[in-house]
Amino acid sequence: MEKFEKVHGVAAPMPLINIDTDMIIPKVHLKTIKRSGLGVVLFDEMRYHDHGGENEEFVLNKPAYRNTEILVAGDNFGCGSSREHAPWAIKDFGIKVVISTSFADIFFNNCFKNGILPIVVEEEHHAVLMDDAHKGENARMTVHLEDQTITTSDGVEITFDIDPHRKHCLLNGLDDIGLTMEKDHHIDKFEEHAGQARPWV
Amino acid sequence: MSPKTLYDKIWDAHVAHEADDGTCLLYIDRHLVHEVTSPQAFEGLRMAGRQVRAPEKTIAVPDHNVPTTPDRVNGIENPESRIQVEALDKNAKDFGIHYYPVHDVRQGIVHIVGPEQGWTLPGMTVVCGDSHTATHGAFGALAHGIGTSEVEHVLATQTLIQKKSKNMKVEITGKLQPGVTAKDITLAVIGETGTAGGTGYVIEYCGEAIRDLSMEGRMTVCNMAIEGGARAGLIAPDETTFEYVKGRPHAPKGAQWEAAMNWWKTLYTDEGAHFDKVITLRGEDIAPVVTWGTSPEDVLPITATVPNPEDFEGGKVDAARRSIEYMGLEAGQKLSDVEIDTVFIGSCTNGRIEDLRAAAEILKGKKIKDGLRAMVVPGSGLVRAQAEEEGLADIFKEAGFEWRLAGCSMCLAMNPDQLQPGERCAATSNRNFEGRQGRGGRTHLLSPAMAAAAAITGRLTDVRELM
Repeated sequence: MEKFEKVHGVAAPMPLINIDTDMIIPKVHLKTIKRSGLGVVLFDEMRYHDHGGENEEFVLNKPAYRNTEILVAGDNFGCGSSREHAPWAIKDFGIKVVISTSFADIFFNNCFKNGILPIVVEEEHHAVLMDDAHKGENARMTVHLEDQTITTSDGVEITFDIDPHRKHCLLNGLDDIGLTMEKDHHIDKFEEHAGQARPWV
Repeated sequence: MSPKTLYDKIWDAHVAHEADDGTCLLYIDRHLVHEVTSPQAFEGLRMAGRQVRAPEKTIAVPDHNVPTTPDRVNGIENPESRIQVEALDKNAKDFGIHYYPVHDVRQGIVHIVGPEQGWTLPGMTVVCGDSHTATHGAFGALAHGIGTSEVEHVLATQTLIQKKSKNMKVEITGKLQPGVTAKDITLAVIGETGTAGGTGYVIEYCGEAIRDLSMEGRMTVCNMAIEGGARAGLIAPDETTFEYVKGRPHAPKGAQWEAAMNWWKTLYTDEGAHFDKVITLRGEDIAPVVTWGTSPEDVLPITATVPNPEDFEGGKVDAARRSIEYMGLEAGQKLSDVEIDTVFIGSCTNGRIEDLRAAAEILKGKKIKDGLRAMVVPGSGLVRAQAEEEGLADIFKEAGFEWRLAGCSMCLAMNPDQLQPGERCAATSNRNFEGRQGRGGRTHLLSPAMAAAAAITGRLTDVRELM
């Protein structure tokens, strides 16, 4: 996985709450057996008209937000289905950071597996970031993972929390499976013990 | 020893390694796999030259994409769907995992097949690349959905990297009123907590009304724990659970059964164990409910009216306005006046035999409203066969329902069963999101009995009027 260090880019506002993974990527696009190429259908039903063609009102279709790298979204972002196609589409579009007041659990986990940084902030900070995101393409936000800071276009610095293990993996682009396989002997030992304690499993 | 919750006990029994920062490797007893979220994971294994660590604990079944019309014996027409199902056929064979292919009578929705075949047992850890894995919590198993990267992780290592969630108790006291079912309980709870109310928690459902439920009902309740944002839902195993499990193809037998029972009987929350959050509802207060909006938290009794967005607070004001517009409703409109054109009975929430019995009970000797499209999609081939044996299929067919083969079908509309823009469906499934059942489609979630009532009258209907 690519290492995640710092993002300095356009932030787009999506204040709607409960943006679910069906909105992020509708099921018609889940029939792929690949992970790539889904950016073009990110937010498909909001982004395109029923008859095809772009919906100009949708934030990511506006000229200022076409190169968005940071999404500032309403509460409970990513709820619903476990589809990892949602973070795959977000990543493929070019978005590397999603900021909200809360995320659904599975989506939150899926982000880290794909080098996307989901950041949970308090409501008051969220409001500041949402305002900044509304300013358009000349107002660029900076997210610094090592320092755990978000800096708005006018220099307001907001710190955020992140699980140390996840931070370490993102910073170093580490692959979970490789890391776990180094602990193989622990899994062997567990299986031996559990096999005796619960042989019916 | 300090008192433990049921969740604490199952968690502790499955930690293979704990790092200093509390990050754990949680051992997985059962890994369920379907065709939509697994192809990339198997591809990852191949590219890295890895094997499935425990193929004997891995069970696969195609469900999301499969057509449910009788002509599916001739193959799947949609090329993309066919490729996904064929990929699962191949992956199951190449990696030597248990498999129920499309033509097997045991095929069905993964969360119905697992319990039915006795793969799901109390005290287990169960995962699947599907958020409704929460269903298996009904057995007192710690069960939750995972993404495709985690599917690959479990295939390769039989573990997940996890941190422990917090404990939440949802107690439903007393008895349910006539016409009120497990679906009404689970929707009412989400109406109370909101769709983010369970985020960061594992819920244990308890109380008399939960104890009184069958295993089918308990699965309906736990199935929608994810809709409340929880990682998982749990119900402590009891005689109802043991009775259901006993004799299933993959349940333990003989001395193994006795040994298992000895452990299973210890799987309950100790007196005085700590819960970080507690919600209590009175069973008597729960009415038959429907959803009016595009989030499962948009729940009201069928006797209520569509709310006014201004009555909400914060971000919910705009969300409710958007929902009501999408749903084509008006604030103040009686929910029981809302006309529907489609009825869907099925899904991992309500596609089990008890659900079909409840709907058939209402439909017996009646016809669906003229012009309505109504379908029953049994959750598995075995549920379908049993319903035919009990005469339920005839009741549905005589009433005017289509009698389908097993699959996820119109719950998420990945197969040809979809709503057209503007169509309105009374659905026993689990999500009423925009476009969930087809682009522009409108979904009202409700119980199987309520869906049957709606099919008869052609509008959302209080089932108690037909009882």
